[in-house]
Order: sequence, then structure tokens, then C-alpha cells
Amino acid sequence: MGLSSIDWIIMAVYFVFVLGIGAALKRYVKTSTDFFLAGRAIPAWVCGLAFISANLGAQEVIGMGASGAKYGLATSHFYWIGAIPAMVFVGIFMMPFYYSSRARSVPEYLRLRFDEKTRALNAISFATMTIFSSGISMYVMAKLIQTLHILDAPFHSLGIPQAWIFHAGILVSATVVLVYIYLGGLTSAIYNEVLQFFLIVAGFLPLVWLGLKNVGGWSGLKATLGPSYTHSWVGMSSPHTNRLGVEWFGLTMGLGFVLSFGYWCTDFLVVQRAMAADSLAAARRTPLIAAIPKMLFPFLVILPGLIAIALPTQPATAVGNSGTAINAPAGQGLIPAKLDPTTAQPVLDHGGKPQLDYDMAVPNMLLHYFPTGILGLGLTALLASFMSGMAGNVTAFNTVWTHDIYEPYIRPNAGDAHYLKMGRMATVFGIALSIAAAYMATSFNNIMDMLQLVFAFVNAPLFATFLLGMFWKRTTGHGAFTGLLSGTLTAALHHGLTLPEGAGAGIKGGWLQHIFHTYPSPYPSEMAQNFWTAIFAWSACFLVTILVSLLTRPQEESKLKGLVYSLTERPSSGDLPWYQRPVVLGLVALAGAALLNIIFR
Amino acid sequence: MKLDIRMPLGLLFVVLGLLLAIFGVASQKELYERSLGININLWWGLVLVLFGSCTLLLARRGQQRSEQAGATPTTQSSNRGTTGHE
Repeated sequence: MGLSSIDWIIMAVYFVFVLGIGAALKRYVKTSTDFFLAGRAIPAWVCGLAFISANLGAQEVIGMGASGAKYGLATSHFYWIGAIPAMVFVGIFMMPFYYSSRARSVPEYLRLRFDEKTRALNAISFATMTIFSSGISMYVMAKLIQTLHILDAPFHSLGIPQAWIFHAGILVSATVVLVYIYLGGLTSAIYNEVLQFFLIVAGFLPLVWLGLKNVGGWSGLKATLGPSYTHSWVGMSSPHTNRLGVEWFGLTMGLGFVLSFGYWCTDFLVVQRAMAADSLAAARRTPLIAAIPKMLFPFLVILPGLIAIALPTQPATAVGNSGTAINAPAGQGLIPAKLDPTTAQPVLDHGGKPQLDYDMAVPNMLLHYFPTGILGLGLTALLASFMSGMAGNVTAFNTVWTHDIYEPYIRPNAGDAHYLKMGRMATVFGIALSIAAAYMATSFNNIMDMLQLVFAFVNAPLFATFLLGMFWKRTTGHGAFTGLLSGTLTAALHHGLTLPEGAGAGIKGGWLQHIFHTYPSPYPSEMAQNFWTAIFAWSACFLVTILVSLLTRPQEESKLKGLVYSLTERPSSGDLPWYQRPVVLGLVALAGAALLNIIFR
Repeated sequence: MKLDIRMPLGLLFVVLGLLLAIFGVASQKELYERSLGININLWWGLVLVLFGSCTLLLARRGQQRSEQAGATPTTQSSNRGTTGHE
């Protein structure tokens, strides 16, 4: 694919702005609070947009389009069930503790509420996770640049070998993110996330509009794809009758409660954006403001996947993962068959049919509908989403590293200027480690899958700890710590003893040799297993935390003021106009999500 | 607020929109076969210019308001905004 100069100019303009914001903000960074918490001076709407943008990384834009093509509109559960309720909960009930306790990070809250070991456990696992997530973001981006042949022509004319395109992709994205965070810290990351948010909307809205117009609107899409693709709730009574392979209970409890609340309410990557707000009221509004555009995102990121699969199969315009789609077996719609990267042969599933490379849904949609000019805008939006995902992880990493690992365990009481310098250094080596992770992903694909699995085990029980910690003052540090460990262990055990239908034992589960339960599914899907792993992990953590807490000495109530619901003054919102009150905004968001669920049931 | 994000945001979209719209006017009709015959560069470029201008307008209004507030120093944030330009 050849880009013309207008596409390059658009991309260049964007990069100038990204770096310019970093440079303009440099002079405002004087203390560690400026660097790590944006001076706690950001208005609510900016924090709100950054709140969703930080989550809008590669996994979201490419992954949700891919899921749209694979599972259909049921993917919207990840938004309407799997995000909005949790975002409302964190804004109304949890933000007062995070913000008013003056904790500078989520692990630090755990230290204030529980003890040092619970914080260390959370800080170390979280810091490791951010490095790998930003590495994966970088890897996916460089791979995509290679696959779409964006840089082929300029590299050819400069006489640089094509093998360097991947390295260039990694290096350029890493450098840009490094420069703007190094200079402006969290403020810079947040401002750029706002830019990225609008850019993604600007790049994807015309794509959805053209696509829908082409397939005859929503009704045309429904007629082409049939009900299994275009409903979110129909068939959810049994795992056999929907594309996700999940029943309603596993979906609402596993995704809607455990996984979603675990992510949106406890993940420092998103919570940090709210902590940067200029007041408690603004911090509480942050996730609520974010919830409104968030519930509309399925139309922006899932619909392109649905349109891609609905179009007539056109192998000529589609680009396969290795770029040699011409003699490959036909895919479906714009989605090519998946090819083995080493042999260039199609990958077959257990039934002997070629698997589809769903991750190409969104990129192929861009190439299919966008002429040069707006194509540059679309690709820039894609790059922006990768970079915002990376930057979110990097800012969360440098904060947790400096405040929760370096300051308490390596060099306490060193003075603010020292920690500010350390934060900048952590940005540099955090990005260096992410680059290492990205290269690790190129050579050991399975290691990445395995790491993500381990992180899922660690994260699944987290919300039980926070729920008990914030709303039951009797919860103790020993209880929280043992609860977290047993939750993680339970997750691993459940995964080791179950298997999704049609999968072989190994990374997909069943590695303990004895398989107690096979999750049935009419389509290849691991979702039911994932959701139930989370449910078991959460329940184990919840019960063990209660049990151990009752057996150990309670914490002094005077030390829990501002950290536990029953010992904290309710934040009053009486002097705010009605449209700024958290409860009102929360109810609007919930009503909107409920309405969307009903319309697209 | 130290640097109003609406300034760079509005500016970025005005610049991108103008680039797209001008390219849309100058480009050949055949280019738009894939976008269903619609000159998507021109139209979307104009939409982006409109969005960018509105954002700039809001930023300008916000600036005037904080200047007025700065004359009677009541809020801390506007103070910080003016003293930051040393």
C-alpha cells in the first residue's frame, strides 16, 4: 500500500502537536506532584476523556473490531455490562477514599488501609504488568506497520532493508512517548490522551458512516448477518445458543461484576487519571463523564468489525497478515484467512477449516473505504490509540515504581527533587523494559500469552479486597493479603482443571491433567472459562479475607478515618448545580446503558 | 489551568481539517470510488474545521473569563495560570 504526501503530512502534523504539548508543559513541572499527579489541577472533563483514552489502546481498537467480526454485537457487553456500572460505582462510592486519603497511587491506598505487604504485592505485580502491556502495544503497532506496508516505499527509496521496518516502528513510537512523558509527566500524558480521543473519533466516525451506508444501514447489516450477529442478549439463556458461548449468569457475574469492577475500580492506570483532578468533586465526576462516550464506543469500534464480515469477500483489496493474500484461501468479507508466519500456510482449526485473522478487520476496513488523505487521518488515529495505551501504562509505571517500590524499599526520605528525577528516570527505563518485552513477544509468542494469563489470575480477586477494605472496617491486613493469594491460587487451579470445548490442554487450560469440566461452546470461545475463573477467584478471595480477618486482631479505628466508608464523612454535593452532582450523572449513565441494552437486546 | 488543552486541540483540528478540505478540492474524482463516490476528504475536512473552530472559541472564552477572575483574585487556579508565565 502506498501513502501519498498528504497522508504523511497529516501524520507529521499530529506528531508535531504531540511533542509540542510535551515541550510546552515542561516548565510547569517543578515538583513530584506535578509530574506524577499533574499537580492535581486538571478539570473533570479533561480527566474524564483521558480516563477512557488511556484504556483505548491497541487491544481496544483492533481487539474490539476483531471481536465484533467474531462474536457480533454481543461484544457490546464489554461496554454496557462490562464497563458502565463499574465506572459509575468507582465515581460515586470509591473515589472519595482514593482522592481524600491523599494516597498517590492505588498501592499506596492499600498500605494506608491495610499494611506494607499487601501494598508490595499489588505494587510489584502491577508494575510488571504495565511494562508487559506497553510492550505488547508497541509490538502490535510495529507488526501492523509492517503488515500494512506503510513504510515499504520510503524504506525502499532510502535503501534501508525492509527488515528494519519493525525496528523503526518500535523505536519511533517509544521515542515519541518517552519524550512527551519525560518532559510533561502525567499532565502531558493526559493532554495527549484528550487529543488521541478526538482523533480516534475523527478517524473512525467517517469509516462507520461509509461502511453503514455501503451495507444498507443497520437494517441491511441485520439482513446480511442474521440475528446471531446483531443481538446482544438473544440466546444468552444457554451457552449453546450465542456466539460468546456464555450463559447470562456467567456473563453478568464474571464480566459485569468481577472482571469489570476489578479493572475500572482498582486499576491504577485509569484511577490515576481521576486522582489528577482538581477537586474531590471533579475526581468523582471523572469516571462518570467518561461513561457517557464510553457507552457509545461500541458503534465506533465494534461496528467496523461487523461491517467487515458482512461485506462480500474481496481477496484482492484485503491484505493478509504476511502480505501474500493472493494465493491464500478465501477469508470472509474483508477478513483474510490466518497464515502461519513461518510457513505462510493457512492455520486450520480443529475441524480442519481455515481460521480467520480477525485482527485485520479494522485495518482492512480503513484501506477499503478511505482514499488517500483521510486514510492518513485514519492511520494516524490508529497510531494515536496505540500510543495512548502505551503512555497510560508508562505513567502508571513511573508513579508506582517511584512511590511504591523505590521510595519505601530502596531509598526513603530522599527529598522531592530526588523523586522527581527518579520519576523521569523510571520513564526512561520503563520504556526500555517495554521495548525488551516487545522483542520478547516477537520470539516467544507463547510466553506473552502465559504472562497475560498469570496477570489475569492476579487481577481477578482484587476487587474483593477493595470492596471489603472500603466497606467493612473489620477487614485486616493479614486477611487482605491471604485473601489475594488464595484468590490467585484458585484462579490458577480452576484454569488448570477446566477446558473450553474443542481446545487442547495447555495454555487454554486443563494443564493439571484432570479435567473436571469442559465449557461447551458452539463457536471457538474461551470466554465462559475466563469468566468463571474470575468468579471462583473473587469468591475465594472474598471468603478467605473475611475468615482470616475475623481470626486476626482488628485495626485501630482512629487509623481508618477517611479510608473506610463507615468512618468517613459523606462528601456533600449540595452546592453543585444538579448536572454536576455525581449521583445524577451516575443515574444518567446507568439509564443510558440500560436503554442501549434494551434497544439492541 | 496552566495550559488550556482546548487551544492545541482546536488548532490541531483546524489544521488537519484545512489540509483535508484543500486536498479534497484539488483531488481527482476517481480517487473517491472507494468511498462510494463521496468526496470524503472535502466534507470531513470541513466538519473537522468546524469542530476545531468551536473548540478554539471555547478556549478563547475561557481565557477571557479567567482574566476577569484574575483581576479580582478569588480563585487559586487562575492565579497560578498568570504567574506561570515568568
